[in-house]
Amino acid sequence: MNPPILSLKNVSYQTDQTKILENISFDVQKGENITITGPSGSGKSTLLKMIGSLFTPTSGTIAYKGEQLETIDPLTYRKAVSYFFQNASLFDETVKDNLAFPYEIRDQEIDESQIKTYLKQVELPTSYYDKPVNALSGGEKQRIALVRNLLFKPEVLLLDEITSALDAENQEIILSLLNERNQKDGVTILKVTHDETEIAESTRVIRIVKGRMEDSHGE
Amino acid sequence: MGNSLEISNWSLFFSTGLLLMAIFVDYKQKLGLGNEIFIAGLRAVVQLFVIGYVLSYVFNLDNVLVTFAMVLFIVFNASYNAHKRSEGMPNSLRISLISLGTGTTLTLGLLIATGTIEWVPSQIVPITGMIASNAMVAVGLTYRALNDKFKDQRQQVLEKLSLGANEKQASMTIIRESIKTGMTPSIDSTKTVGLVSLPGMMSGLIFAGIEPTEAIRYQIVVMFMLIGVTSISSVIASFMSYKQFYNDQKQLISR
Repeated sequence: MNPPILSLKNVSYQTDQTKILENISFDVQKGENITITGPSGSGKSTLLKMIGSLFTPTSGTIAYKGEQLETIDPLTYRKAVSYFFQNASLFDETVKDNLAFPYEIRDQEIDESQIKTYLKQVELPTSYYDKPVNALSGGEKQRIALVRNLLFKPEVLLLDEITSALDAENQEIILSLLNERNQKDGVTILKVTHDETEIAESTRVIRIVKGRMEDSHGE
Repeated sequence: MGNSLEISNWSLFFSTGLLLMAIFVDYKQKLGLGNEIFIAGLRAVVQLFVIGYVLSYVFNLDNVLVTFAMVLFIVFNASYNAHKRSEGMPNSLRISLISLGTGTTLTLGLLIATGTIEWVPSQIVPITGMIASNAMVAVGLTYRALNDKFKDQRQQVLEKLSLGANEKQASMTIIRESIKTGMTPSIDSTKTVGLVSLPGMMSGLIFAGIEPTEAIRYQIVVMFMLIGVTSISSVIASFMSYKQFYNDQKQLISR
């Protein structure tokens, strides 16, 4: 049997005085669509960022496909397991600057036709490619940022309340693209959300309260 | 021109009246700066008298090694001051020494090689002082810009890392902006030179009786030299510094 795509064992995180997360352990299988819920301030976002290798747990281990995170090159890992912010920000001047970035960091030619296919998928006209980023609405920015994360297919997407600030229409567009990637391409999704529909769509729910996992055998 | 270029002890003594004016303003406005003004004035007098005698000695000695030691002393002091503005960034003294050292060496070397100045202490020491102090300000500004921008643009850097960017790719925008910040003062002062201020080098020469048409030639060289040294030093400082904001797991350190 293949090892789980992600495996957390007794992951804890604390700053100088406060314990933010304590002994979090769970496995994630490829293709799962998991929701992490819990009251705000319970450490969910910290957990996702640690899984995204943006910082390291103070104790416990995270393994990717059976290998400990410390032994994997962080750059390779983050291309495969990618964290996505609640209010993603766009860099530099234009939409192009943002969508070219994933190609630039891989030293690859920009594939404009692929970019345009994705723009259509998030229901943005292809003319948006040259648009200045400060002319975009919040929802449009979030859609561009999602395309930026999907141009090179990641194995796991870590989504941190990415639709919480969006209206129904924007949410719908983003969720349908994510569901498609999840179901068609088997992209594993690990998301923090409070949205009922998104929770209902997930294959499993993990509840974190005050930094600890609550047993929730809700299946 | 017939300028008298001597300030008698009495003139010097009465100039402290200017300091007393500042202290009076401080007292009336309750600024609480009285002590500081007094100490600043005292320090200026002591430091300048000391350096005056040291320079006189060095110029009369006209010894290559002693002049070189003066250059090193100036560069070290400038680097140390730039390093203090790094707000605790690791390795900042080493980075300051390398960036200021390289900037000063290249600029000074070019000036000597082209025959603009000669290797005599009365030219080398003041020019090194000008170069190093401008480089010091530029590198100090670069450090501050790096610190501020890594704080303000934290999320953007994290997003770039999340996309799989390496430290340099994730920092490139910040590196560029910080170099610009470091260079801006010398570019600005070059743009307004002669319109807003008559800079020190030129004023000094005019004071000493040199024709203004001759004095400006020196000033032109000085302006170019300062743009040169601030660009070299800021570039080196930025490119050596950005890695200090990451740990060995290529994660952004929060400071």
